[in-house]
Amino acid sequence: MAANTRTPALARRRATRPERPERGIVSSHDRRRPSVRGSLGVLQGGLLVTLVVVGLGPILWLAKAAVTPTQETLRDPLGLFPTGIDWANLATAWTRAEIDHYFVNTLIIAVGAWFFQILVATTGGYVLSVLRPRYGNVIFGLVLATLFVPSVVLLVPLYLTILDLPIVHVSLLNTFWAVWLPMGASAFNVLLVKRFFDGLPREIFEAARVDGAGPFRLLWSIVLPMSRPILGVVSVFAVIAAWKDYLWPLLVLPDPAHQPLSVRLPAIAPYLELDVFLAALAISTVLPIALFLAFQRLFLSGAGLGGAVKG
Amino acid sequence: MTTISSPLRATAPAPPPPSPTRPRRARRGTPRQWLRDGGLSTLVIALPMILVFGVFSWFPIGRALVMSVQETNLVTAPVFVGLDNFVFVLQDPLLGKAVRNTLWFALLALVFGYPLPLAAAVLMSEVRKMRGLFSALAYLPVVVPPVVAVLLWKFFYDASDTGVFNTIAGWVGLGPYPWLQDATSAMPSLVLEATWAAAGGTVIIYLAALVGVRTELYEAAEVDGAGVWRKIWHVTLPQLRGVLFITLILQVIGTAQVFLEPFLFTGGGPNNATLTVLMLIYDYAFGSSLGGNYGAATALSLMLAGVLAVLSAVYFRVTRPWSS
Repeated sequence: MAANTRTPALARRRATRPERPERGIVSSHDRRRPSVRGSLGVLQGGLLVTLVVVGLGPILWLAKAAVTPTQETLRDPLGLFPTGIDWANLATAWTRAEIDHYFVNTLIIAVGAWFFQILVATTGGYVLSVLRPRYGNVIFGLVLATLFVPSVVLLVPLYLTILDLPIVHVSLLNTFWAVWLPMGASAFNVLLVKRFFDGLPREIFEAARVDGAGPFRLLWSIVLPMSRPILGVVSVFAVIAAWKDYLWPLLVLPDPAHQPLSVRLPAIAPYLELDVFLAALAISTVLPIALFLAFQRLFLSGAGLGGAVKG
Repeated sequence: MTTISSPLRATAPAPPPPSPTRPRRARRGTPRQWLRDGGLSTLVIALPMILVFGVFSWFPIGRALVMSVQETNLVTAPVFVGLDNFVFVLQDPLLGKAVRNTLWFALLALVFGYPLPLAAAVLMSEVRKMRGLFSALAYLPVVVPPVVAVLLWKFFYDASDTGVFNTIAGWVGLGPYPWLQDATSAMPSLVLEATWAAAGGTVIIYLAALVGVRTELYEAAEVDGAGVWRKIWHVTLPQLRGVLFITLILQVIGTAQVFLEPFLFTGGGPNNATLTVLMLIYDYAFGSSLGGNYGAATALSLMLAGVLAVLSAVYFRVTRPWSS
């Protein structure tokens, strides 16, 4: 079903794609003129060089510095090739600086945050878009309202809530729940998923109901399999956001044994030799960059989507 | 399937209790009917959203309002103190400094970070080959974890003449600069890093918006003899204005809450030159080992949120005539 409804749209987009970029600000006719082509080429070449130096440069520098001895990095920070490659830096950072431990903590935080964001966004979007109970509009209004509350307002009261949960009076301090659960309360995700569900054909839901599928079955077997694109976008952003987070885990995970890389790196910086520290930074960057390279299209369409929804 | 369900719906209003399009709303109110219509399972499915938002979003927001007029410590019960927290914050000599610094950061971030992504995106939209490479390179810094980026740049900003940036400046006979260690150059240094880390996201948003620009207007402009600059000024930018207005206010709202850069680069120094409002909030609540002044922290965060809300309301009011 999903394939049937999607293909025509995709095919149409693909068919028009070769025509569309033909026309930009500069017309095809102008593009053939040598002077226009020359200056455009120079501008774009310049932009490409700038992007490589500014965007890729620091990352390549970090990769080089991670396997260069401290003395050499200090003496000649911009030397292109290290005279001796020091792979031991990476191993030292991984074991002696306990980056392995914090790496695993970061993974646990990212996976848990991913799970709760997907759980809340899909069930919430499903209730608001498909099941539509009478109280749905009230809840949707309340969820939307939180979009307009800047996160700074939540900082202190949310921290105190973690220290002493309402009704049950349990403290989540120094547990991963303290990071996972608040990340689930993302109105942006709920909105994104609800909008996607709104666009799914209703007839399929009706058909499934007639065939006797209950609401859980409908969600699991019909709605979720049709929602791979949006689940991909939400997943990628959930993992990256968890990887990036600093202030919140710093507050609710004061015990170093639970802290993720982002919190530990600044704390251990003064105690590490420079080359080991830079190796630790490089190790912390590998996974986000690998994710980005693997799911580039998802990242970029998601970033554009963010602008569209906010707009 | 559609053909079966729609006649069913059409005949549904025929029986005595007239029902709208949705039969399960027919006899509203009775709990048994609610159960039979799957109200319970709907509630169960809604539960994760209600619980998570309730406990970790709605409850703390409400609590913020209450806490701002209370003295809260973790030992004794909170006491109502009226507007004392607000008075305390407004009388803090550091507040003026923090506000000025935050405004300075926001202004610099606009100067560095607002025109550049736009220019890059317009230029990139004219690229025929390898456009994906351009956007990937532009977005790469956004993917680097912010803490790693700050720590790396902190090393780049080394003030000795063998520091990375000072070496580069030395190639063209400039420097060495003190970067983070001087009260006047510290803030621009923070903004430079923050712009590097964020600009790629804005570029992608503009690129997505540029796809929607109606290209036949370019042809019309050419017929009227417009050159490249006039086409950009009169065709491209006007069609992007909705996105441009939004990214501007979002950037201001974002920079008003800047924390990571001053916290990790300079700790607010030198001489409080990079102390921002959010750092002040953090200091009130978590800076002292004696226990936080949670009331003052929430009061200040509510004031900041209020200012931002008023600012955005005025902004949308003012820009509405132009944005649609």
